[in-house]
Amino acid sequence: MAGSAARKKLGKKLEDGIVAGRIDAKSAEQNFADIHPPMGDHEALVASDRCYFCHDAPCVTACPTSIDIPLFIREISTGNTIGAAETIFEQNILGGMCARVCPTETLCEQACVRELAEGKPVKIGLLQRFATDQAMREQKQFFPRGKASGKSVAIVGAGPAGLACAHRLAMHGHQVTIFESRKKPGGLNEFGIASYKTVDDFAQHEVDYVTDIGGIDIQYGKALGGKLTLDSLRSDHDAVFLGMGLTGVNALGLKGKDPEGVEDAVDFIAKLRQAKSKTRLAIGRRIVVIGGGMTAIDAAIQAKLLGAEDVTICYRRGQENMNASPYEQELATSKGVTIRHWLQPRKIKTKAGAVSGIELEYTQLNRGKLEGTGATTTLVADQIFRAIGQSYEDTTGGTLKLNRGRIQTDADGATSLDGVWAGGDCTDSGDDLTVTAVAQGRDAAEAITIALNA
Amino acid sequence: MADISNNFVGIKSPNPFWLASAPPTDKAYNVERAFEAGWGGVVWKTLGEDGPPIVNVNGPRYGAIWGADRRLLGLNNIELITDRDLHVNLREIKEVKKKWPDRAIIVSIMVPCEEAAWKSILPLVEETEADGIELNFGCPHGMSERGMGAAVGQVPEYIEMVTRWCKANTRMPVIVKLTPNITDIRYPARAAKAGGADAVSLINTVSSIVSVDLDSFAPQPTIDGKGSHGGYCGPAVKPIALNMVADIARDAETANLPISGIGGITTWRDAAEFLALGAGNVQICTAAMTYGFKIVEEMISGLENWMDEKGHGSLDDVIGRATPNVTDWQYLNLNYVTKAKINQDSCIKCGRCHIACEDTSHQAITSMLDGERHFEVIDEECVGCNLCVNVCPVEDCITMEQLPAGSLDKRTGEKVKKDYGNWTEHPNNPTVVAAE
Repeated sequence: MAGSAARKKLGKKLEDGIVAGRIDAKSAEQNFADIHPPMGDHEALVASDRCYFCHDAPCVTACPTSIDIPLFIREISTGNTIGAAETIFEQNILGGMCARVCPTETLCEQACVRELAEGKPVKIGLLQRFATDQAMREQKQFFPRGKASGKSVAIVGAGPAGLACAHRLAMHGHQVTIFESRKKPGGLNEFGIASYKTVDDFAQHEVDYVTDIGGIDIQYGKALGGKLTLDSLRSDHDAVFLGMGLTGVNALGLKGKDPEGVEDAVDFIAKLRQAKSKTRLAIGRRIVVIGGGMTAIDAAIQAKLLGAEDVTICYRRGQENMNASPYEQELATSKGVTIRHWLQPRKIKTKAGAVSGIELEYTQLNRGKLEGTGATTTLVADQIFRAIGQSYEDTTGGTLKLNRGRIQTDADGATSLDGVWAGGDCTDSGDDLTVTAVAQGRDAAEAITIALNA
Repeated sequence: MADISNNFVGIKSPNPFWLASAPPTDKAYNVERAFEAGWGGVVWKTLGEDGPPIVNVNGPRYGAIWGADRRLLGLNNIELITDRDLHVNLREIKEVKKKWPDRAIIVSIMVPCEEAAWKSILPLVEETEADGIELNFGCPHGMSERGMGAAVGQVPEYIEMVTRWCKANTRMPVIVKLTPNITDIRYPARAAKAGGADAVSLINTVSSIVSVDLDSFAPQPTIDGKGSHGGYCGPAVKPIALNMVADIARDAETANLPISGIGGITTWRDAAEFLALGAGNVQICTAAMTYGFKIVEEMISGLENWMDEKGHGSLDDVIGRATPNVTDWQYLNLNYVTKAKINQDSCIKCGRCHIACEDTSHQAITSMLDGERHFEVIDEECVGCNLCVNVCPVEDCITMEQLPAGSLDKRTGEKVKKDYGNWTEHPNNPTVVAAE
């Protein structure tokens, strides 16, 4: 092939700057396909047969929603897949999403006795997906709406916590109104998860499945703050549940305003999820992601899949401190992402107003305290993603007691204000996991019901 | 290298692995493939009397039970005896025997319970120069409705009578194949011996309904909405067969009657167990029908290696070695005391031992220690039943440890006696006559 023709074939692959079209439609389809394709019938039977049906099973203890895992797996193994789905949904109505996004390698599958026995746990996540997918495909609803209680509950946020809470409240017969700031429900399930983990618009299907119980009204474009105040919610409803998540993004803490080309990883992830065509999304040629959690990993992998040539995650501590699980780290490196440790950002470099690189300082621990060493290195980059955590932004008028910067809750999700409960990432007991948010939403609904019936 | 050549009632074969009378031995093509694969002998699929050929169903003939990953554990069938012309079979038997003189060919026969029928077929079989005959008194389906197969095998008098006719009318060794569908296998075996049988072979298939289709509510295999009981075989029936072989081997009346062991033999180990309980050789069908003839290579090599490792020079060193150790419950040593012991290093904490013991047995295994899941045997409660060993998914994690004589059994509070003591002399046995 002649030189110019060969270069033409490369298209925009090697073009500097933030440009769209680095990959063609076919690559986009392959790159963003389901990362763990669902199990087939026989595969599920074989996988389910490996479960020992443990007594007081450690996997159940490890699951924040306490799904009866041995029971649902036994149900799959006997051909009772619908029964398995019911067992899952009884504890976790968002069991379908959790089957896709839970870090099972640090939860149920890590606790599986077969992990201890042979390093090969039962594939609990995929089996859960097998069962829930079938029930949702067949539109099986297991839980009828309860007899009308005459009580009304307001929920702020249609994310995992809010949806789980709403469903359980509906089961108890309460009328639920969810106020959602975005134009679409799902919260982080819809906007905050890598595309290849939840393909085919699953988050929206799941919301439909959950709200199919009835008695749940979602009002879009309504955020707490401004016209909608906590006080008005409290006076208009018998109880309030807050599940608005985290809306703030931590800054890099560098001097001055970050230049163009420095973005929040969460925005990038959300944009990607909502994009109709991945080929039209602009992405840098050389990317640096600052952070060490799941958001950093999701952003880095997807940047790579969009055609970025170099993607480097820089984390200011060691590998063992990363919030992303070893499995997720491995996934990133297998996709060609470089992960570097003990580096913190010091200065964004620009050329003609656009990002051209980042200067990073080597860090070390000094008597357990992280400090800069003064030594630096510079990475060439045309796009930088901030993924160093999100923060709670108060929109309740400062009426709620906070703990470590988030809403203080007790074991039932009750806040410091009478009649107000909270769950998920916005609370001090949230741990940035969908499954935890579901458990807290569900449990708060039970506590609210007890309070309303008192 | 151990010598596994076999001499069964004078019939010689290079190894003790014969294919049982069944579909794999229905024609020359299959039998030659078996011999090429290394099988020591075959029992040719049962021949019936001359006349219009047998008619089989034209729908499914087999049903099955599966374990994990569809591992076939049990098979049942409603196929009848050979549906090929008698003379075609006889010609093929003769040709194959001539071609494979070192392999055993036994011909299975089933004709009506009349002396004339047997008298007329025996010379035809003899003419093939086959090594012997096997009388099919075992087939539990189809033919039994016509007064043959298991219908004969369930009446000891008939067994004796037909065996006697055969012995009187042929020079060939006569092996009587027994049905397990009876209450006490010793009676048909004794009858065969009384009739002059050279040997018995067992077990034939067990009468069975293998499953029910829950949509059509019909037994499987289903023929146009109906099902009939079939004959059950495969790994699932092995324990039944082993017990029956042992019953005959240790019965005083049939103690020296040679036995060809059949029933769920799938590996060399299964075969060795049959030999140890008194079988002079073994016959295999389901394993071959599941995996093909090649499995005999594993059986030959496994048996030889095991015999070499244990220093057994020939099959005679193995055959019947376990028979004297089969006894009646009343003679088991009641002073032999064991306790389960859980190896904490290999325990994976599944808790199955605990829940099995707690829910269904003796509450002798803990589930918690200081708030942690921990499984340990409580000697004060453990009766040594072995259930925990059987439900534990980890091999050798739980073992049964014998308490030495003189040590304290914490359950009974008594010291373990060193002497052998059984039920026949136990003080709680009302039939024991106290010594004056």
